[in-house]
Amino acid sequence: MASDTTAAAGGTSPGNGRPDPSARTALRRRRARGIAGTALSLALTLLGLLLVTFIIGRVMPIDPVLKVVGDRATQAQYDAAYQAMGLDKPLAIQFLNYIGDVVTGDFGRSISTGQLVWDDIRRVFPATFELATLGTLIGVLAGVPLGVIAAARRGGIVDQVARVVALVGYSMPIFWLGLMGLLIFYGILGWVGGPGRQGIIYDGMVPSVTGMILVDSALARDWAAFRDAFSHIILPASLLGYYSLAYISRMTRSFMLEQLSAEYVTTARVKGLSERAVIWGHAFRNISIPLVTVIALSFGSLLEGSVLTEIIFSWPGLGQYITRSLLSGDMNAVLGGTVVVGVCFVVLNLFSDILYRVLDPRAK
Amino acid sequence: MTNTMTRREWLLSDAPQTRRQARLGAFYQGWLTFRANKLAMLGLIILILLLGMAAFAPLLAPKSPFAQDLASRLQPPSAEHWLGTDALGRDILSRLIHGSRITLFIVGTVALIAPVIGLFIGTVAGFAGGWVDQVLMRITDIFLAFPKLILALAFVAALGPSIGNAVLALALTAWPPYARLARAETLTIRNADFIAAARLQGAGRARLLFRHIWPLCVSSLIVRVALDMAGIILSAAGLGFLGLGAQPPMPEWGAMISDGRTYILDFWWVAAMPGLAIFTVSMAFNLLGDGLRDVLDPKGGAK
Amino acid sequence: MTDAPLLSVRNLRVTFPTRQGLFQAVRGINFDLGRERLGVVGESGSGKSMTGRSVLGLIRPPGRVEADRMEFQGQSILNLPERRMRKIRGQRISMVMQDPKFSLNPVMTVGRQITEAYRLHRRVSRADAHAKALEMLRAVQIRDPERVMDSYPHEVSGGMGQRIMIAMMLAPDPEILIADEPTSALDVSVRNEVLSIMDNLVRDRGMGLIFISHDLNMVAQFCDRVLIMYAGRIVETLPARELHKARHPYTQGLLASLPRLDAPQDRLPVLTRQDSWRDGDPIAPHADTDLPGGLR
Repeated sequence: MASDTTAAAGGTSPGNGRPDPSARTALRRRRARGIAGTALSLALTLLGLLLVTFIIGRVMPIDPVLKVVGDRATQAQYDAAYQAMGLDKPLAIQFLNYIGDVVTGDFGRSISTGQLVWDDIRRVFPATFELATLGTLIGVLAGVPLGVIAAARRGGIVDQVARVVALVGYSMPIFWLGLMGLLIFYGILGWVGGPGRQGIIYDGMVPSVTGMILVDSALARDWAAFRDAFSHIILPASLLGYYSLAYISRMTRSFMLEQLSAEYVTTARVKGLSERAVIWGHAFRNISIPLVTVIALSFGSLLEGSVLTEIIFSWPGLGQYITRSLLSGDMNAVLGGTVVVGVCFVVLNLFSDILYRVLDPRAK
Repeated sequence: MTNTMTRREWLLSDAPQTRRQARLGAFYQGWLTFRANKLAMLGLIILILLLGMAAFAPLLAPKSPFAQDLASRLQPPSAEHWLGTDALGRDILSRLIHGSRITLFIVGTVALIAPVIGLFIGTVAGFAGGWVDQVLMRITDIFLAFPKLILALAFVAALGPSIGNAVLALALTAWPPYARLARAETLTIRNADFIAAARLQGAGRARLLFRHIWPLCVSSLIVRVALDMAGIILSAAGLGFLGLGAQPPMPEWGAMISDGRTYILDFWWVAAMPGLAIFTVSMAFNLLGDGLRDVLDPKGGAK
Repeated sequence: MTDAPLLSVRNLRVTFPTRQGLFQAVRGINFDLGRERLGVVGESGSGKSMTGRSVLGLIRPPGRVEADRMEFQGQSILNLPERRMRKIRGQRISMVMQDPKFSLNPVMTVGRQITEAYRLHRRVSRADAHAKALEMLRAVQIRDPERVMDSYPHEVSGGMGQRIMIAMMLAPDPEILIADEPTSALDVSVRNEVLSIMDNLVRDRGMGLIFISHDLNMVAQFCDRVLIMYAGRIVETLPARELHKARHPYTQGLLASLPRLDAPQDRLPVLTRQDSWRDGDPIAPHADTDLPGGLR
């Protein structure tokens, strides 16, 4: 999993998401393991993730008890809360208690919002999911063809353009690009909606079914609300899509170059197939398998890594929620959010693993 | 070495007479390859200029980076203030020039700490094998599974915001890939004949590790570091943007963008200028990294 | 004997630009191919594979193919536009490559790979193509063709993979088959089997075969005529039966370095090479042995 996850840093620090040959080694290693093995190893990883977050939570210089009882609490009140929160028990017990709570879906109550963390997350997660999905869609639809064509006409114009696009994507601070996007497309041109998910007049107008406003407004056939939501999401989604594109197109290109030098491609040419059939019918079929993993990881990185984008666009999603909670020392919320992100990671990994097995005849 | 030989011939000789000549020759060959890559040279030149800018910041900066002048706040770029002024009337150009020191400090330290941690953990894991390997790699996996920025955020939030802690947090999130890489290299080297030979001569484990295995892992690590530099800059700027890096009034570039965010629609240059600086530097590192990869790790990036 | 040779090549040159300047992989070779089995022998790097690939127009830029003449049944196929070359590839001239492990697409069923080529050139229905594929698989002596049709390349053995490759390449009934080291990746035990299958099919259909190999013995056994290549040139052309009469020192060296049961030696001589061979004139074959295969 090593380089997969490194690569998945696309959203947070795009510079690390480079096509790197060890990604393929990782893919091979993964193929050798069974699904059960993968699941077990991912579960262990998740457990470790909880532990690290837990430790960070305990090291935090912010006193969680004070947050609950307030500054003017008496010592007796303080002690009562201290014990009620289980903070008098040994760390190991605290950790076990914590795991028990998490397994039953109890993340505790957020200190800053005063609501159950689980409810908070259910509220903010769809916003992030919607954004990341649209971003990945843009990244895949543009990035895959770009990478394929760049490889097929290596050194040609498309290849040069793809190179520049990726270079800029790997070098540009995402929050700055977001600001500039807001300035140009919202401030100057007025083409898109500003920060937030909806204009004020549409706020709460569409009944929430999935929590994804595009879907909800489409379900309600409220096309005005849909257009409004679209004008708000398109800029941040394009931004995330651009970073996803930079990564996906580079990976696609390097996978494709590897396949195009394979002998079966020559076979296909010898048969008299057109170059298009050779590339899409033969070579692409082979790269589509590793690409699934790349796309899943890129999606995962957008889910977890849209922190800065969400802040720039005041997008009420998971990244913003975790960051705000962190800055206000609301550890229940941070831990809950991190667990959800971790579960997403595990699910995506399993998903891509299963898909890999379904798609690749050699994996059976 | 004969007198008739030019220095170039001496360097490119097929039959080097001394170890030093061979080493310098190899270096020179690499330099020739690197120099042929115009974009990589561009990256190198930008970075040299950046180093110069950081070294001579007080001489180059037209104003003090901290001098406030509320009468001339939020001025657009002009002859007086080439890149305009910020909300406190400070000269943006001067702040950028001084900020290059902070950027270089962060990148430099992270690029020193993270690979060393990774190298240590990776080589020990690969060399020792068995349960040591299992445990170390499990830990590495856990750190890899973490959303990087959130982990760094959590570290800084726990330790308190400052440049030093930002560096630490970045290093703590950046080492796992190096550990993976170093372990993979170690596994291929471990069973090589020359290691067996050294072992037969009575070399201890530590000697094998530090004198024989480390030097061979370094070149691929360097390539990786060069390629990661841009990512480190961007992450550092992200932390600064969130107010978790350098604290005001330090002219850190990410924090400067954050300062300009409020005025983005009316006074765009306040946020735009530091962003361009970050972009330029991280692009330079990317170009340099690509060039270095072609020289040091031909199998990795020849395509 | 047919009047025009199937393939006629004059002064063929294949060059690749490298950092050290132009690399000449093939340096002006001439040969004709009739309805015969022509062996092309040389060590690796002698340009024998490049010769085969240039005939099919498979040398991709920046590689360049030049010739005074490269004609297929009287029609020039030198640097033909892709669209027209594709009509010839597979349908008229085909090729079997070295290792079926790499030359078959790993994620496509065998059946699809065979029918794909056939349907492209013959424009027949799916069912007809399926029937043809089964027929071809039977022709290369695969016992359970239905099952093999549905299997993936990694599920079949090397020998079977190469037979599948032959079936696939011969399905559209080409006139020329180029076999580029078709047995060197196979187990010794199945080499002869694959060779004789290919040989029979080629002879039954009256095709021309260009058999590229580094194995002089095998070529002598299976071919009518042999071209010896060295450093991008043809150094000698001989009827396979008269290999022992070879006059070029390189050919003699190649022959001498093979172990022989009837003339055991303590130590096989090492092949020596001379720079003068690189540019010397090829040794011409006897006039009466020209195109022997065509006389059959």
